[in-house]
Amino acid sequence: MEEFSAEFLARAHYWMRMARAFDDRVQLLHKQSKIAGGCFSQLGHEAISVGAALALAAGDVAAPMHRDLGAYLVRGMTPKRLMAQYFGRAAGVTGGRDGNTHGCGDLSLGLFGFVSMLPASLPVTVGAAHAFKLRGQANVAMTFFGDGSSSEGLTHETLNWAAVFQVPAVFICENNQYAYSTPTAHQMRISDIADRAAGYGMPGVVVDGNDFFAVHSAARTAVEHARQGMGPTLIECKTMRMRGHAIHDNMAYVPQALIDEWKQKDPVLRYEARLREYRMLDDERLDALLAQIENEIDQAIAYAESCPYPDPATLTTGVYAEASGQPQ
Amino acid sequence: MTQQREITYLEAIREALRDELRRDPNVLLIGQDIGVYGGAFKATQGLIEEFGEARVIDTPMAELCMVGAAVGMAFMGLRPVVEMQFADFISTGFDSIVNYAATNHYRWGAAVPIVIRAPSGCGLRGGPFHSQSPEAWFIHTPGLKVVAPATPADARGLLLSAIRDPNPVIFFENKYLYRSLRGPVSTGDIDLVPIGQAAIVRTGTELSIITYSAMVHEALAAAEQLAQQGYSIEVLDLRSLKPLDTAAILATVQKTGKVLIVHEAQITGGVGGEIAALIGQHAFEYLDGPITRLAAPDTPVPYSPPLEDAYRPNANKILGAARDLLAY
Repeated sequence: MEEFSAEFLARAHYWMRMARAFDDRVQLLHKQSKIAGGCFSQLGHEAISVGAALALAAGDVAAPMHRDLGAYLVRGMTPKRLMAQYFGRAAGVTGGRDGNTHGCGDLSLGLFGFVSMLPASLPVTVGAAHAFKLRGQANVAMTFFGDGSSSEGLTHETLNWAAVFQVPAVFICENNQYAYSTPTAHQMRISDIADRAAGYGMPGVVVDGNDFFAVHSAARTAVEHARQGMGPTLIECKTMRMRGHAIHDNMAYVPQALIDEWKQKDPVLRYEARLREYRMLDDERLDALLAQIENEIDQAIAYAESCPYPDPATLTTGVYAEASGQPQ
Repeated sequence: MTQQREITYLEAIREALRDELRRDPNVLLIGQDIGVYGGAFKATQGLIEEFGEARVIDTPMAELCMVGAAVGMAFMGLRPVVEMQFADFISTGFDSIVNYAATNHYRWGAAVPIVIRAPSGCGLRGGPFHSQSPEAWFIHTPGLKVVAPATPADARGLLLSAIRDPNPVIFFENKYLYRSLRGPVSTGDIDLVPIGQAAIVRTGTELSIITYSAMVHEALAAAEQLAQQGYSIEVLDLRSLKPLDTAAILATVQKTGKVLIVHEAQITGGVGGEIAALIGQHAFEYLDGPITRLAAPDTPVPYSPPLEDAYRPNANKILGAARDLLAY
């Protein structure tokens, strides 16, 4: 912890709290019917999304998924723009073409939009990493997937490809114990997905996904490793999905004891306990931070509600990209 | 300086790839066995020697990853051309094509300039999994472009256009034509064939045959025989299947009043149905006979020569269908 500047620690704290508060508010807005369609929560994933994304530098790219609100925020997707996206407004990231964090890509921020067929972003990230390698560019591509998508054939294709070509990629596996209602015991016979890394010939590490410092430190090591041309790493972050698959799902299939156990391991509260230990946080400072964040979210909601919906006349525009200028 | 010479359909493809690799340092080829081996059909023969393994990349057997990686490379500014060893195998990369590559521009404005080359077509005793013409799957997907050239000049001209297009283009090259068909081809950009433009390859007044790819040659052979019997047949080569050249389709129907649609893909749900619907809706009053489709039956492509010959449309079958329609 001593190795981190106070500024960095405050920044990480801000993003984790922002991810949580934004997420909590989105759940409420959905219940108020202000947000339509599916609604996914990232609750419990703050240390992973923020800790991993903070290991990246400018020029690096990331392909987060639906539990990685923190990663979008860290990479520069503003709360206003994200809220307009949740509200299906023209000013949202996808202009209303896709909902919630789906499709929240912006190449100028080094963010790739994802699709629901997880892990469809894995090979895309590896392709970007491949491009960095071909160009001799010292950048890294990071991607996120879950315990459920670890069973997909594409995960195998991608990890193998990344290892064969030694591309600068970092794979963050968020093992949150449930893929929709399916527990990991029904997904695999092994206890650590990271064990599979050896089968591909790349380093695999297991970290406590609710410990910001463990996630960030592993991600930083992997990013450095990749940046120096030493190839990809698989990092498995053990965590727990603290809400249902989506808002409609009361996750009655999860034993209450498991929820209670993981409430004790809350990543944000644990981070704050460390800050308090080092006398970098007290109740007063926390209250001020939370008030500031609530205010930012209020502003984001006001902004989103003031934004127009997309014009139905634009329904068919943008299916294709237009050629820009003459061929070289 | 533009020159014209007679080369095969396969050579035209190889030259187009070579010329684009020379013209644009961002163009690269990815596929299985395309490097030292030169590709299953030798379409990329000699290219690794000229451009090296950074631009002619042999990949593991992983079509989903191949296409996904190509998208990631495209996001980083490269222009990958992916080779499917056979069009039949494109189904193993389906999700990366239809859900990822095809939707990005509409959802979050990211262009995906990739080309997927797919050697399709039957008649070579390839059996059910080396003979398919699966273009209809992709025509049903917004965001993709689909082309299917019938001549060496169009193979070259459309491949140049496809590589320069900012959208994902599926390039169906007919492997029956690879070595059996020679034709005049220019060098240089003079023969760039725009995507979305059909070509009248024989003019006539009494009946229009609308077709594409290898069936163009069968249609021309049938038209020649009918000409000797005093009939005037027009043959329209679609060249692009998505977008369709609706104006050219309607113009030929308005001219002749009778239309025979021919393709070697199975009849149900094929391109022919779409064309028939277009004509029925927009040129109904010009019709002097039923819109007729001649296509393969709804079976897998059989292996044994008499079975495959019964499956594949040819000049004789076209002749029969055309005579019936002329007599209507």
